[in-house]
Amino acid sequence: MKINENLAISESGFLFNPSTGESFTVNPIGAEIIEKLKVGKSEEEILNELHDTYEIDKKSLQKDLLDFNQILKQYQLLEQDEETSN
Amino acid sequence: MKKPVINIGVTGLNAIDSPGPGVAVIRGLREAGSFDIRIIGFAYESLEPGIYMHDLVDRTYQIPYPSTGTDALLSRLEYIHSREKLDVIIPNFDAELYSFMKLESKLLQMGIHMFLPTMEQFEERHKVNLSEFGKKYGIDVPLGKAIFDSSEIFDLQKDFDFPLMVKGKWYDAYIAYNMEQARTYFNKISAKWGLPVVLQRYVHGTEYNVTGLGDGKGNTIAAVPMRKQFITDKGKAWAGISIDDKKLLSITQKFISATKWKGAFELEMMKSNDNKYYLMEINPRIPAWVYLAVGVGQNIPEALTNLAMGNEVAPFESYEVGKLFIRYSYDMIVDRSEFEKISMNGEL
Repeated sequence: MKINENLAISESGFLFNPSTGESFTVNPIGAEIIEKLKVGKSEEEILNELHDTYEIDKKSLQKDLLDFNQILKQYQLLEQDEETSN
Repeated sequence: MKKPVINIGVTGLNAIDSPGPGVAVIRGLREAGSFDIRIIGFAYESLEPGIYMHDLVDRTYQIPYPSTGTDALLSRLEYIHSREKLDVIIPNFDAELYSFMKLESKLLQMGIHMFLPTMEQFEERHKVNLSEFGKKYGIDVPLGKAIFDSSEIFDLQKDFDFPLMVKGKWYDAYIAYNMEQARTYFNKISAKWGLPVVLQRYVHGTEYNVTGLGDGKGNTIAAVPMRKQFITDKGKAWAGISIDDKKLLSITQKFISATKWKGAFELEMMKSNDNKYYLMEINPRIPAWVYLAVGVGQNIPEALTNLAMGNEVAPFESYEVGKLFIRYSYDMIVDRSEFEKISMNGEL
């Protein structure tokens, strides 16, 4: 899955979707994941990188990432949703 | 080079909780780079706040309500013109546009320019005719029906599920969740704004607005889309943000090129939960939030004035995305003598 390229994210974790005008806040880990998605990293790569950085078992991390992806999808922040809306 | 000074008459000075666009229009005009201005305010009531904003409005005259007819309006405008030498008038209320459109050629003979939609454009975009408008120009519009009697609501149940929108001919819109509410709103709206009352299918989704300017030849001079961020209990935007929505802009361009729209406008759009765009209403004038367009780089009041004066206006090509407008209320302290002057003499 690919994050909406136009999405603006600040260091504080403030997200702005310029095509809908919606804004969101995410915590530092959320911001880190979005930054990784923005530079085109795959879910597998993100999973491995986060696992190397933080002390968490891979299964829990995988589940949390899946949940986070679902939230991004729900708020139409992923590219595939963007295409269907335009 | 010295800039020309243009005397501009502006209505809609009622900068209240459901504001008229006048004050925002004047702020745009004050920031115009292509001319200097003298603003002549036209007010209907003596407590319209813009009357007392002397840094924005140079002089104000009361004008008669549209219901008194165009003769009374023309005679008042002739008097004002004899004093102020008006170059341009920018009317900002839906309900007064018809009168100004009727007087357009007479005012032009007097040397007063306007840049308004044609009578045909004004009529066919009317919310009473919006369904036909959508069909004619291939723009999605929610099913709507103009009714003259509340008993018609019962017969229309097969076409309209609840909730549905009940809208006045000029202003006011309510969401009715059942037959009883629909009847109540019909009576309330028809008593205030007359008949017909419009029933419109309710679209669940997010509200977006676009303000723009057409040159009357099918070209888009300006277009800025906005998402309402905060809505008052009257449904008015108290805050909004400029957005980059290509689909909204393409619908706007389609609207302008298909109708050869002349003048400023506001499109009220709804993006449904399944990402379809519906045109809910077309307001044939500048909206109260136009200062956002000015603030993001498209000075619509300035461009409209130049078009009215017959000057060449190049289309705006971009605007800043992600800028907010946030409205606020502000108490002015006004001397009683000023209130007295506008109330007794109709001028200030």
